[in-house]
Amino acid sequence: MYYSLIVLLPLIGALIAGFGARWIGDRLAQLIPSGILVLVALMSWAGLPGAIAADPEHITWFRWMESGALAVDWGIRLDTLTGVMLVVVTSVSAIVHVYSMGYMEHDPSKPRFFAYLSLFTFAMLMLVTADNFVQMFFGWEGVGLASYLLIGFWHHKDSANNASMKAFIVNRVGDFGLALGIFGVFAIFGTLDFSEVFAQVPAMASATFSFLGYELGVTNTLCLLLFIGAMGKSAQFFLHTWLPDAMEGPTPVSALIHAATMVTAGVFLVCRLSPMFEYAPAASAFITYIGATTALFAATVGLVQNDIKRIVAYSTCSQLGYMFFAAGVGAYEAAMFHLFTHAFFKALLFLGCGSVIHAMQDEQDIRRMGGLWRLILPTYVLMVVGTMALTGVPPFAGFFSKDMVLETAFASPTTGGTFAFALGLLVAGMTAFYSWRLVFKVFHGPRNGDPDAYTHIHESPPVMLIPMGFLFLGSIVAGGLFYEYFVGDAMHWFWGHSIYHAKDNYVLIEKYDEMHNIVHAAHYVPFWVKASPFFAMLAGTGLAFYMYILHPGLAERVRRANPGVYDFLLNKWYFDELYRTIFVRPAMALGRFFWKKGDGRTIDGAIDGLSMGIIPAMTALYSRVQSGYVFHYALAMFIGVAALVSFAVMGS
Amino acid sequence: MTSEGFLLNLILWLPLFGGLVLLWMGGGREAERLAARRWSLAITVITFLLSVVLFLGFDPTDTGFQFVTDVDWLGGLSYKLGVDGISILFVLLTTGIMPLVILASWDVDKRVAQYLAAFLILETLMIGVFVALDLFLFYLFFEAGLIPMFIIIGVWGGGRRVYASFKFFLYTLLGSILMLIAMLWMANYAGTTDIAFLLTHEFPSEPFEVLGIELGAGVQTLLWFAFFASFAVKMPMWPVHTWLPDAHVEAPTAGSVVLAAILLKLGGYGFIRFNLPMFPIASDQLANFVFALSVIAIVYTSLVALMQEDIKKLIAYSSVAHMGFVTMGIFTATQQGVDGAIYQMISHGFISGALFLSVGVIYDRMHTREIAAYGGLVTRMPIYATVFLLFTMANVGLPGTSGFVGEFMTMMGAFKVNTFIAFVAATGVILSAGYALWLYRRVVFGTITNPALETIEDMTTREIVIMAPLIAATLYFGINASAMLDVFSPAVADLLENYHAAVGAPESLLIQPGDAAASTAASAAH
Repeated sequence: MYYSLIVLLPLIGALIAGFGARWIGDRLAQLIPSGILVLVALMSWAGLPGAIAADPEHITWFRWMESGALAVDWGIRLDTLTGVMLVVVTSVSAIVHVYSMGYMEHDPSKPRFFAYLSLFTFAMLMLVTADNFVQMFFGWEGVGLASYLLIGFWHHKDSANNASMKAFIVNRVGDFGLALGIFGVFAIFGTLDFSEVFAQVPAMASATFSFLGYELGVTNTLCLLLFIGAMGKSAQFFLHTWLPDAMEGPTPVSALIHAATMVTAGVFLVCRLSPMFEYAPAASAFITYIGATTALFAATVGLVQNDIKRIVAYSTCSQLGYMFFAAGVGAYEAAMFHLFTHAFFKALLFLGCGSVIHAMQDEQDIRRMGGLWRLILPTYVLMVVGTMALTGVPPFAGFFSKDMVLETAFASPTTGGTFAFALGLLVAGMTAFYSWRLVFKVFHGPRNGDPDAYTHIHESPPVMLIPMGFLFLGSIVAGGLFYEYFVGDAMHWFWGHSIYHAKDNYVLIEKYDEMHNIVHAAHYVPFWVKASPFFAMLAGTGLAFYMYILHPGLAERVRRANPGVYDFLLNKWYFDELYRTIFVRPAMALGRFFWKKGDGRTIDGAIDGLSMGIIPAMTALYSRVQSGYVFHYALAMFIGVAALVSFAVMGS
Repeated sequence: MTSEGFLLNLILWLPLFGGLVLLWMGGGREAERLAARRWSLAITVITFLLSVVLFLGFDPTDTGFQFVTDVDWLGGLSYKLGVDGISILFVLLTTGIMPLVILASWDVDKRVAQYLAAFLILETLMIGVFVALDLFLFYLFFEAGLIPMFIIIGVWGGGRRVYASFKFFLYTLLGSILMLIAMLWMANYAGTTDIAFLLTHEFPSEPFEVLGIELGAGVQTLLWFAFFASFAVKMPMWPVHTWLPDAHVEAPTAGSVVLAAILLKLGGYGFIRFNLPMFPIASDQLANFVFALSVIAIVYTSLVALMQEDIKKLIAYSSVAHMGFVTMGIFTATQQGVDGAIYQMISHGFISGALFLSVGVIYDRMHTREIAAYGGLVTRMPIYATVFLLFTMANVGLPGTSGFVGEFMTMMGAFKVNTFIAFVAATGVILSAGYALWLYRRVVFGTITNPALETIEDMTTREIVIMAPLIAATLYFGINASAMLDVFSPAVADLLENYHAAVGAPESLLIQPGDAAASTAASAAH
């Protein structure tokens, strides 16, 4: 009941704001959903200890669908993984709800905004509490819907409409894989209940099945298909193109959905299905490579972007890559730890960006900012702390989790692990560079913006700053405080069976077989491995300081000297252009061809020819219709058919 | 005739009676027109209520036919009616949609009495298809149903109505001639036209050659194709689908609703009632053929839908794609596939009906169906924007709406039987999002650029009342699919048991099975 309320209350908030605003007014339509979310967040924290148990607790609401072996219930799977996600989702959501009361103050459609926010929260909670694949898919697509609505919230803007559509469709590409994975799970295991599937997985480790004409391993194939879904939702390489465009949505949305919660759903999926991925070495290796590649790709693009929100968006994409390669090498705990800390500091950074944009009268280009630190000091402090947490300055939150991710990658005996470690280290330096570049260009140096904007500049109201304070706190302490539970000595107690490591974990069997767990193994890596991310961060920070504070003209000279590289990065490796050429345009051309030539010329041409030319009787009938005596005709027809049938039967 | 059988007869014939009375009453003056509308509404509502009573008395655990009427008629022909778990929901769908159709026709002024009478007569004929338990009775209803629809399009339709109604008529009639011949053969062979009996009858399946073509299941193959020719057109399946967009474009709103919500289901119902259970050997052999046409329908028509400039045509093409899931699901001959196909048909009844009503709402105001004439409706019509969004999402199969369940289950069934088909069908999930969201974006979002839209009014109370039951059904059956599945699932299970007794047990996808010892060890460890 308690946990069910956590999940369902936000839905009630959404309905009240969405449909009740007419009667309760704008003010209450904001206060009620926000109040509900604050309550739900408190309940989630209070409920966290209750969620920690060796085995999951199943709460069943009612049957959703039943058809032969397929039986799907609505309900909750309560274990540590659920508990942690409840805390992350409801906390950030509550903070964003309250912040939005300030941020959206001048928007005429506030009730709609809060309805969408609460609806999103509900869908996300359904996703993380699901006890079977189908409910997870419900939440999965539900958050997609909410994301679509929120990206396109300002529906008078064409760019927002295009971005929301793109987000939904690219996510559908991922969902195509996810859905096929789910069908496959059902076809092989005969059930879609998590526990029932997990129990059968070990026996299927060596099984093969027929898929698209090939004989393929069951676990690897299914896990790969499921992971395609994760790639879409978490904006991984190849399916990442929607995330930067999603910044068209209001900034609080970016913080909640496109930084802290929805985009981490893919990571959650892999962790939730750890009992499957543990038996899918090839799929896990694929995740490792995709994660590491995404981390690098997004970081390189982030180096040169000029839109304040897009820089942070690419950073999110990159950090999600970290989470994935951790999960890929089998360190699900480390992935979850980074997911947890990242939620705080990335949400903080986004809300900080919102505060800057708010202060600068909707300016988002960092080339037209600068010198702001004195003018909006609280925001500056918040952003700097967020940046330190992101870049991994000890003892801020990101330091603990990012180091743990890199150490587990190193500890993995797989080639993928080594690859991920090398790229991850490089990315740590880049992260520091682009993050500080943002801070330096926005808050330091000359005032490059519209002078008029500077005269009207104002700090955000307390209703925005106070919620950010909680994230500020989280960005500082979330790493150190929870280290022991997530990845330290209390790990086994904390996670229970919610995360599974196979006894003969292939990741560990060669080097670390006595330890049975890669996260343990990560504690025994050489000192230089532990220290290197720190130095990478220092290098990146130093370079940014050198280029943007000490020698402000240098960046411009570097850009001029390397126009090819610069354009390649600025245009995001030309993925949008590529996809438009190979997917969008051909689909439209095919559609037009099928319509005009297929339906029009071939099929209708044949039919028309047949009816008008070859069968004169039909032509006569055709003109008869036009005469208007249709009822006489109909009656005759009816009697005719009846007579024909009667005659036939009596004759037989 | 039992008293329960009487109830079914009443449901069947009441609308026809109502229609004939209307024709007799006529509707020249305004008062008469209003009376005609009220009369039609009353008839359809009463019919619906009666069918609810029927449903309450229905026992889903009994997989046989219930509420049976069986009397001899005209020599060897029998008048036999009844419903089972599969057909009763189609009856409810029909009687439930009709009052909404009448309400949606409230503003029609041209020959009102005849117009409404056509719908009422059509209702009887459609219900007849679902409840007929005699081959020729079925044929009679199935074919006669064309006539009122033909008239509705031909008389009350748009500019190219004659061409459209003729195309519609021609297509469907050609298919039905073959079906009639097959029925005659069957009646002759089995010595009866009783559908309940034919369902358990084995038709010969020894292969033979005709004109050098090998018929894998002999007579069954021929019979199968004869029925297929008729049902495939009604579905409609690719490539005999081109009548549908034309018919929809020219039909008045109410006509489109009936066409999409109910008439398209006759073909799918026919496949489940005749092809699958009566000719299992042929169905098994021809499943891949149907799969191929189904996935072509899904991909091809989705792509065509993407490029449409007319709202109704776009939705019509989307209907063809959705019916592709139905035919695919039926011939997987799996529990999930067939259950999903039935679910998809009923659910498509709500969703496509609502989508055509949505088009009607703006068409009534603007008198154009051209997508480019719209844009920015959300600013003037927020209620409409919400309703249209809901059904757009249901159309793309968003979980939580009834559109999800059928699509998902048919693909689930397909995956078990043929992974290629499931794979291609699943791309439809991406394509449907493409055309549906792009339509929504062009019609509803953006800023108003057409000055004529600046004074457009939001939905009226009547329009909201029409939509409300469809919204409720779409959402309710989206989250409680069992409420519907439990009605027909036992009957489908029974059907499939007989099917697999005839063709053998389905093959498993597994090539190298798992290690059972590891399974026991693992479950002990868990």
